[in-house]
Amino acid sequence: MSDREITFAEAIREALAEEMRRDARVFIFGEDVAEAGTPFKVLSGLVEEFGTARVIDTPISEPGFSGIGVGAAMTGMRPVVDLMFGDFLTLAMDQIANQAAKVHYMSGGKLNVPMVFRTTMGATRRSAAQHSQSLHAWVSHIPGLKVAIPSTPYDAKGLLKTAIRDNNPVVFFEDKMMFKMKGVVPTDDYTIPFGVADVKRAGSDITLVATSSMVQVALGAAEMLAQIGIGAEVIDPRTTLPLDKKTCIESAKKTSRAIVIDEGYEQYGVTAEIASVIAEGAFYYLDAPVKRMGALNVPVPFSPTLEDVTVPTEQTVFEMARMLCGKS
Amino acid sequence: MTEHIDLEQSLQMYQQMAKIRAFEEKVNELYKSAKMPGLAHLYSGEEAVAVGVCEALDRDDYITSTHRGHGHCLAKGARVDRMFAELLGKEAGYCRGKGGSMHIADPDSGNLGANAIVGGSMGIATGAAMSAKMRRSGQVAVCFFGDGALGQGLFYEVANMAALWKLPVIYVCENNLYGEYTHHTETAAGEFIARAQTFGMRAEIVDGQDVHAVFMAMQKLVERARRGEGPAFLQCDTYRYYGHHVGDINRAYYRAKEEEREWMTNRDPLKILSTRLIAQKLTDASVLERIEADVNAEVEAGVAFALDAPFPDAREVDEDVYA
Ligand SMILES: Cc1ncc(C[n+]2csc(CCOP(=O)(O)OP(=O)(O)O)c2C)c(N)n1
Ligand SMILES: [Mg+2]
Repeated sequence: MSDREITFAEAIREALAEEMRRDARVFIFGEDVAEAGTPFKVLSGLVEEFGTARVIDTPISEPGFSGIGVGAAMTGMRPVVDLMFGDFLTLAMDQIANQAAKVHYMSGGKLNVPMVFRTTMGATRRSAAQHSQSLHAWVSHIPGLKVAIPSTPYDAKGLLKTAIRDNNPVVFFEDKMMFKMKGVVPTDDYTIPFGVADVKRAGSDITLVATSSMVQVALGAAEMLAQIGIGAEVIDPRTTLPLDKKTCIESAKKTSRAIVIDEGYEQYGVTAEIASVIAEGAFYYLDAPVKRMGALNVPVPFSPTLEDVTVPTEQTVFEMARMLCGKS
Repeated sequence: MTEHIDLEQSLQMYQQMAKIRAFEEKVNELYKSAKMPGLAHLYSGEEAVAVGVCEALDRDDYITSTHRGHGHCLAKGARVDRMFAELLGKEAGYCRGKGGSMHIADPDSGNLGANAIVGGSMGIATGAAMSAKMRRSGQVAVCFFGDGALGQGLFYEVANMAALWKLPVIYVCENNLYGEYTHHTETAAGEFIARAQTFGMRAEIVDGQDVHAVFMAMQKLVERARRGEGPAFLQCDTYRYYGHHVGDINRAYYRAKEEEREWMTNRDPLKILSTRLIAQKLTDASVLERIEADVNAEVEAGVAFALDAPFPDAREVDEDVYA
């Protein structure tokens, strides 16, 4: 097994290419996925290898091609639908939430929808309110869907392979700011099971449960906390649905304090769900209320001076953790 | 073809087009010198569409705009300085820095907002037309969108209702041949105007590089709409000179350099108008040069204002979420 460093985008591309080689039923479609390789160039090179019959450019018709994906999945194919910006989930939502998510259950288990919706999330790109949202909580609300939200190239590749091999509809979120991030990824085939959190850093004083873009923020904060003698444990759930409740609870029991950090809107968000899981599961072990840090409850503003205060930062997480630990 | 258009109006349209051209050139510079946050989708090459359309409208008529919206906003009457301020995320911008390039709204000039969701404003424009009809205000609404937006199902829903209810809305399809990096022949089956005709809607195709042609076609459609004769669809064939957005520099994989050169040299909307006015001896080059110098000065002053203007205070971030 040989390891090398590749980017998050390359990890995604490798996972897709390997799964397409492995399984002729896998195909990709969406806007500008072929020659353009998506606006983020994540898919560059795939059309050269697999041709336009398996890497298919669509019109700007999100509900249409999402629905076509559902139908194809129900009848023997394994589509990967590309929704360029997570904000466009709203257009495709009926197909995802009312069709893809429910077909298996409504048919009494007779029909399957083995497909992946790949989409993006993340602010601070100065893209304003309709191109900056992190809407993973929307789909995490829906029984029948699975939701993966990787934070490293290694996790991205392993989780995407699992998603493609899964017999259920999976919504897969890639942080736009992370595409160029590098990390060690093995060349051998590997998958990462859903519902298994990863301890990104061990510590005994406070638990930081963080997702996707916020994992790096939490790790940065943990580094700052170490300087003042606070050991932070950083837990990355990697999938919000299913959620590895046990790892979150066990860590909080050990440290007795927890903050949940996620880039979705704070209100009714992923942070609320995970915080309640910890509050319930670790109640007798907690020395402080479980805190939540999400995106500010405002449409993401364009101006840098405004946008920068909408997401948690290393500094704000550090301060919250220091306060919870009673150090000033 | 210019019989109904007097010189003053032609020069006004020339000035508006030149202003948009100069504005967009400056936006590209701001991007390249890293002075503008984010990206922008330039309107250069398509000026005759926005100007010809908006020249046929009154100030209180409505428009909705797109991600490629600077031209629409300026043509409908927005100020250069406050546009630049918005693009730079400044407090003095049209949206106090909250919207940026893709979301400029200016209700004072009838602009209900640009939209970063392709086709996202089709409902809004149609709703504005419905409101105008209910209020008997005599206003019309214009919905600008690109060829790519015809992929959106929303169009077929609202066009059907607009036709059923004879709403005073005009759907202006800016056919610049591409949606992002894909030619429309790969994404749209059949004729564009057939989509509107199927609802019994009046539909026309016009040379979007000829501002007179756009204006005259539009005038008729606006009059019809004001008389209560219902919606219309105007396909304007045009071309964007730059990439899909300012960062789209290497375009050879989806469109040929020769094609770009052909449009820029032989189909340029400013050249077409100036050549015509000079050939008909209605004006001379010096008049047009004066106009260009004036708009350049306006753009220079506008950008200087915007660069100097303060950013919004971070505490404004949660203002404006609710009315
Ligand atoms: C619903 C939606 N899907 C995809 C996009 C991404 N996107 C932005 S502009 C664009 C192409 C639009 O093409 P067209 O409508 O022809 O307008 P043009 O850019 O050519 O002016 C796409 C796909 C988007 N903004 N909204
Ligand atoms: Mg187009």
